[in-house]
Amino acid sequence: MAATRSTAIEAIAEIPDGATIMVGGFGLVGAPLTLIDALVEHSTATDLTIISNNTGEAGRGLGLLLRQGRIKKAIASFFTSNPEAVEAAMTGAIDYELLPQGTLAEAIRAGGAGIGGFYTPVGARTELAKGHEERIIDGVPHILQAPLRADVSLVYATWGDELGNLRYRRTAQNFNPAMASAGALTIAEVAEIRPVDGFAPEDVHTPHLYVNRLVQSTLSLADVQGAGA
Amino acid sequence: MTDARDVIAARAAQELHSGEVVNLGIGIPNRIPGFLDPDVEIFLHTENGLLGVGPRPAEGEVDLELIDAGKKPVTLMPGAAAFDSASSFAMIRGGHVDTVVLGALEVSETGDIANWMIPGGKALGVGGAMDLVTGAKRVIVTMTATTPAGEPKLVPACTLPLTASGVVKVVITEHAVFRLVGNELVLTELLDGATAETVAAETSARYRVALS
Repeated sequence: MAATRSTAIEAIAEIPDGATIMVGGFGLVGAPLTLIDALVEHSTATDLTIISNNTGEAGRGLGLLLRQGRIKKAIASFFTSNPEAVEAAMTGAIDYELLPQGTLAEAIRAGGAGIGGFYTPVGARTELAKGHEERIIDGVPHILQAPLRADVSLVYATWGDELGNLRYRRTAQNFNPAMASAGALTIAEVAEIRPVDGFAPEDVHTPHLYVNRLVQSTLSLADVQGAGA
Repeated sequence: MTDARDVIAARAAQELHSGEVVNLGIGIPNRIPGFLDPDVEIFLHTENGLLGVGPRPAEGEVDLELIDAGKKPVTLMPGAAAFDSASSFAMIRGGHVDTVVLGALEVSETGDIANWMIPGGKALGVGGAMDLVTGAKRVIVTMTATTPAGEPKLVPACTLPLTASGVVKVVITEHAVFRLVGNELVLTELLDGATAETVAAETSARYRVALS
């Protein structure tokens, strides 16, 4: 099905309390900044589970959602860049799950691809193996990782077309393609929305069948670059 | 050279060979490109999704959507390839990255590495560290020989939470090069005028001496 054009506020209004939300980006690069801003300013959805590499930064991006007390649980590989998220996790103010970055990415990919989990050697026999089944494969300890799926995925692409096909730029790609595939409702924020056939079919990174809502980006990285990204 | 970090980076640069795909960690490893022999052409990989990482951009030429894993701006080398996180870590886990050079809090005499967590600290993140040391074909650790408090970092067994077991192949400090040969730690080289006694005093791991 083709994506529906929508404003950021309309799209965000579809997120209910208790939703699990994936948010693309490596730090702020490739993060859907317009959608995050709408979620912070125009939604009251709370008890959210956020799956994102970094859980934002102190007072910026998803960091604002944390300050509003709307995050129940965060799944990430690196909380350190947001000291407030570290504090919230360590004091039990939020639940958290720390995953190696590649395991996080693959769990999201698996979620979107209908895979019931996978065995990885990464993290085996470390503290992060707790709660994961271990199995020896070819003599090497592996641990079982479950797939990750979301009620809503918020992604960013530099280019898109009116059907919802997406194309990413440089290192702004990161978690976005996998997250676009793993959301029951995927909302894509796009900087440049082209007519259908605006780029060659083989240049599409995320085919439109993954994308449900298409939102014009109005907030760029340059707009939000304050003290260090 | 007086900066210990430059001594380490310069020696680590000599470990890299033309044609290798190399992932450099934050800190000392990031200084390595400045010490590479101009005849050595390597391909730098960064786990946030780029093969063919170039030097830092000049002021005014920063592309906000082009960063390394330390979130610092970079440039593109000719033939660079950009990809998503799942693909990037598939490359790493799949053994397609030849060498990773990264720092450590502790390395054990059997090649275990601890570099992601200090209990009771203010950090909570593993990032790509476990993926990189588990998946790369060769793991080189660059680290100062001791902690700021003067405690050895090359130890009989790690006391800090492990990143991975038995993966480290080379350890380079400001005073020495150690190699894991089979299951044995071997001191192969003294650096920057250090003596074997200096190295012995700052190392609690057991090792054999075979200076080349």
